[in-house]
Amino acid sequence: MINFWFSIVVLAWVLFFVLEGFDFGVGILGPLLGRDDHERGAALTTIGPFWDGNEVWLVAAIGATFAAFPAWYAALLSGLYLPVAALLLLLAVRGVALEFRGKRDSRRWRRGAEVATAVSSAGIVALWGALLAVFVRGLALDSTGSVMGHGLSRSLSPLWTTSSLLGALGALLAAVLLGSTFLSLRTSGPVRRRARSLARWSGTVGAIALLVVGVAVLSKYALIAALVAFVVATLARVGREGLAFALTGLGVAGSVVAVFTAHGSVVLPSTLNPAWSLTMSGAAASSSSLGLITAVGVVVLPGVVAYQVFSYWVFRRRVASERVSS
Amino acid sequence: MDVLDLTRLQFAVVTIYHYFFVPLSISLAATAAGLQIAWLRTKKDQYLHLTKFVGKLLIITFAVGVVTGLVQEFQFGMGWSAFAKFYGDVFGPTLAVEGMLAFFLEATFLALWYFGWDRLPRLVHTATIVIVAIGTTISAFVILAGNSFMQNPVAYAMDPSTGRARLTSFTDLLLNKVNMAAFPHTLAGAAMVGGALLMGIGVWRLRADDGFRVLARLGAWITAVGGAAVAITGDTLGKTITEVNPMKIAAAEALYHTTASAPFSIVASGPPLPSFAIKIPWLLSFLATGSPTATVQGIDNLQQQYAATYGPGSYIPMVPVAFWTFRLMIGIGTLAALVAVLYLWRTRKGRTAPRWLTRWLPLIPLLPAAANTFGWVFTETARQPWLAFGLVKTADGISPGLTSAEVIASLIGFAVVYGVLAVLWLKLVRHTSNQPLTPTAAPVAAPEPVPVY
Ligand code: HDD
Ligand code: HEM
Ligand code: HEM
Repeated sequence: MINFWFSIVVLAWVLFFVLEGFDFGVGILGPLLGRDDHERGAALTTIGPFWDGNEVWLVAAIGATFAAFPAWYAALLSGLYLPVAALLLLLAVRGVALEFRGKRDSRRWRRGAEVATAVSSAGIVALWGALLAVFVRGLALDSTGSVMGHGLSRSLSPLWTTSSLLGALGALLAAVLLGSTFLSLRTSGPVRRRARSLARWSGTVGAIALLVVGVAVLSKYALIAALVAFVVATLARVGREGLAFALTGLGVAGSVVAVFTAHGSVVLPSTLNPAWSLTMSGAAASSSSLGLITAVGVVVLPGVVAYQVFSYWVFRRRVASERVSS
Repeated sequence: MDVLDLTRLQFAVVTIYHYFFVPLSISLAATAAGLQIAWLRTKKDQYLHLTKFVGKLLIITFAVGVVTGLVQEFQFGMGWSAFAKFYGDVFGPTLAVEGMLAFFLEATFLALWYFGWDRLPRLVHTATIVIVAIGTTISAFVILAGNSFMQNPVAYAMDPSTGRARLTSFTDLLLNKVNMAAFPHTLAGAAMVGGALLMGIGVWRLRADDGFRVLARLGAWITAVGGAAVAITGDTLGKTITEVNPMKIAAAEALYHTTASAPFSIVASGPPLPSFAIKIPWLLSFLATGSPTATVQGIDNLQQQYAATYGPGSYIPMVPVAFWTFRLMIGIGTLAALVAVLYLWRTRKGRTAPRWLTRWLPLIPLLPAAANTFGWVFTETARQPWLAFGLVKTADGISPGLTSAEVIASLIGFAVVYGVLAVLWLKLVRHTSNQPLTPTAAPVAAPEPVPVY
């Protein structure tokens, strides 16, 4: 039961990172790849109907974590208080910027919204990357499961490490790949052209960087990621954007699974003493709660997936980014 | 202020802010659905334009509601991790179920509705906004069940081996009697805010655009009916609260001694409350129990009882806060309903409302919004010192190891970002309201198709 629930929680996180990953990517790239108001509008239109539905996967993931592993939820969020607060603020800015952009016919207003979207999306992705690295490394948990330390540095210092920096860069690369392949799938005209060439370049450069890191620290994950990035770049070059997008998504999914299963049954390692680490069974809720959310999930989630797929189908048309003279 | 007070302040600020937008989303979604159904049935263009207008307000409001709601979802772990750990078993599932059942519906179908005007068959398209309205109602019901657990813990058992609460029945958790009373009351309060917003905008724009007359009157109707519903449901809620948490009602009247045929003070001076008061005899007894002569327990007796049951300590909430917020909720909300009725009367059968009335009406949304906020501040502060009544005190729920510096930093961040969001929201609502209701005929040389986003 606990293992089952752990896999559900991980699945929710995977769906969040893959789905919201591409709209974060478009949020970063749309304003950069569009040369004028019209093209930037076209790029952001591709995620207009989807980003909020994708973001609910974050609500679902954190809700499932809370429901199934209350102690894990409590330790993570209180231990990483400030980064999480920053994340929430950036998410607030981003959501509102996306929704408000087109609601006023003023170039300055739209420009402001685009800059806010790009900056907040990039910040969110980088923060998530850094946080995932912290999940792997662990926190300074004491014997009661709370994080040791004082003042602002208590929840900020876990982010000041090389692995967090690498995590942030890796996440940005993944978001750029997801975003550019999605844009080349969903737009036509100049934005599509630029997105394709960006996918090629970022894939190649990313592959090389990952290869170097992989060899330097002898990490099989980095080497696999390098291979994925390389294949994505190649697929983008030969015009197989759909495959390139799917493969990037798979790569992200694989990384998230790797992060969450890095320590077996330990969900959050303690950097002070391995015995103080938080384990799956130590963090789990009672079987009655787990049974309840399983039952609701089994009934409701297939429906959710069905209507989300329906909405992708309704808005399946490519968004034209070229100007047609009438 | 110590870290506990700061964390409480932050929770209050962030939650109250979320609750400015939530009631608007709830009632605007229902109004848009109603208007679209009216259009479908009557085929009158006017209803179509109104639907689109309300839809725009809804989208703008919903965006802010969503991003502030996300903050709520994380708050329990950030600031109240001790509470999250020991009651997560009961509380976590409500959040998870709300997400699965309601938030996905709202987010996906609102997008389908807003972007789907020319992509979906008319009937399916109308169904999408109805589903959004249902989604908002479900989310209110489920989250209020979570809050009701804290007012009146039900459906749990303590696990002696872990010291944590265990959920025993989710149905019982949802059907908590406090929730059964609070949910209709909250919906009625929400209707009032949305109605008052539409009424305010309608009156404001009426001089420039006659099409807004329908909106103004519709808004006034919603406010007035909401006002009646809020009074009826509030009465039930008061009786339920007297049963499960009599200290709240005692604090709401600053009634220190157990009294039979207790009166209700309209206003009072203090401190100490109530030194001089204008009282309506029997009313408190009637509100609390339904019988004008019944005995209402006083604060002092309850304090003694609680100390005997739960151990030494003070179990008295902040009496002045409880006293005033309760009155302000009722007074300001009732005032809003009365103004709406007055407006309906003065505009009956095509009459024009007098200037002295319409001059102030654009500000009317502030009244029910304030009433809602006072209602919540009363609900939550009069529950103190308990976080979950009889189970865990607020002081014990806070995250261990949390430092003041962290909370101050995040509080400043929230204040700044939320402040900016509020200004932008207001600007957009003004801007949206300033557009003509009936779209002007498309210019002949159609410009290039500009994406809507
Ligand atoms: C437009 C808003 C509005 C108006 C006019 C009223 N209320 Fe209210 N009230 C709320 C909006 C509200 C609320 C914000 O929705 C609350 C907070 C929590 C809740 O469930 O509803 C609330 C709480 C609340 C509570 C506390 C419940 C608790 O502690 O859990 C009581 C006893 C009442 N109300 C009773 C009344 C009565 C007798 C009213 C007479 C007209 C009234 N309210 C008007
Ligand atoms: C239904 C969901 C809600 C839940 C589960 C909930 C729960 C809580 C919790 C955990 C606290 C912190 C402990 C405390 O300081 O008492 C709190 C405090 C508070 N909440 Fe709520 N709340 C909910 C909704 C609201 C809403 C909608 C409002 C206002 C609009 C509100 C207003 C407050 C205020 C003012 C406090 C501070 C009280 C104080 O610290 O004395 N709450 N609530
Ligand atoms: C403190 C507890 C609360 C939490 C954790 C919470 C959580 C959330 C979250 C995560 C969202 C965004 C959903 C999305 O992405 O679509 C949201 C929106 C919403 N919440 Fe809250 N909320 C709380 C209090 C309340 C209360 C008290 C009500 C109603 C009585 C309410 C009703 C709604 C509604 C109707 C929406 C959707 C409409 C909108 O976004 O404005 N919430 N909430």
